[in-house]
Amino acid sequence: MRISSGYGPRPAGGGFETFSWYFFRVSGIALIFLAIIHLLLNHVTTDVSCTSFQLVQIRYANPFWRLYDWLLLTLALLHGMNGLRVVVDDYVHGRAWRLTLQSLLAVVTLVFFMLGTITLITFHSVADPGLICPHASF
Amino acid sequence: MYKGQSGMWSWLFHRIAGLGILLFLLVHIVDIALLNFGPTVYNEGIALFSTAPIRIITLALVAGLFFHSFNGVRIILIDFWPKASRFQGTMFAIALVLTILCFLGVGWYIVAPIFGVQLGNIPQGM
Repeated sequence: MRISSGYGPRPAGGGFETFSWYFFRVSGIALIFLAIIHLLLNHVTTDVSCTSFQLVQIRYANPFWRLYDWLLLTLALLHGMNGLRVVVDDYVHGRAWRLTLQSLLAVVTLVFFMLGTITLITFHSVADPGLICPHASF
Repeated sequence: MYKGQSGMWSWLFHRIAGLGILLFLLVHIVDIALLNFGPTVYNEGIALFSTAPIRIITLALVAGLFFHSFNGVRIILIDFWPKASRFQGTMFAIALVLTILCFLGVGWYIVAPIFGVQLGNIPQGM
């Protein structure tokens, strides 16, 4: 007889679904800090109209911000696309549809990850960044 | 329609908010990729995101983000703390209250410029 441990149910077996279950929760904790701070820095301390090329230039002069943004990109994309995978799993039943949609999700994840990573890595300062934002810092 | 209770609604809103945030994320990756085309193009993209209608739509993102975060913490507590299931309804209420409070705070910063109220850094001449 299995006495309830009181813990929430989780996929057993140690396979991909178990990993996915833990990944949601671990990445979710990290994302709370990454995403909310990102929101505050780009909408509160600075108005969105001021998040210009110049601001990016100032921030990305410090590699910390490139890494921060890359972590946010990677974790949010994987967390979100994994969620979409679960949603497709829940509502799409035909074998052909499942194969097509899940493959499409994997490709879309890869493409957006590459686009974001390339943008972060290759960004470099220019002489004239255009719109200047007074008091713009870090 | 199945008439579930707070547990069903929290699950449903969590899923809807998550999908909404994901959709925004895909658009956001593309608009940031405009950086590759230089300052003029990128700044024009930023100007588009600063218009009044987009600011209003951004409120939906902010609400979804906060709810998904706070409800996510509730889910993690239920999954890893045995006693938490007993308080799931209370935690849902707390998550909703926190969502509303944070939404009002950040939301004001986002829509205030529509009414000419300058809070964060604003570009010169605006």
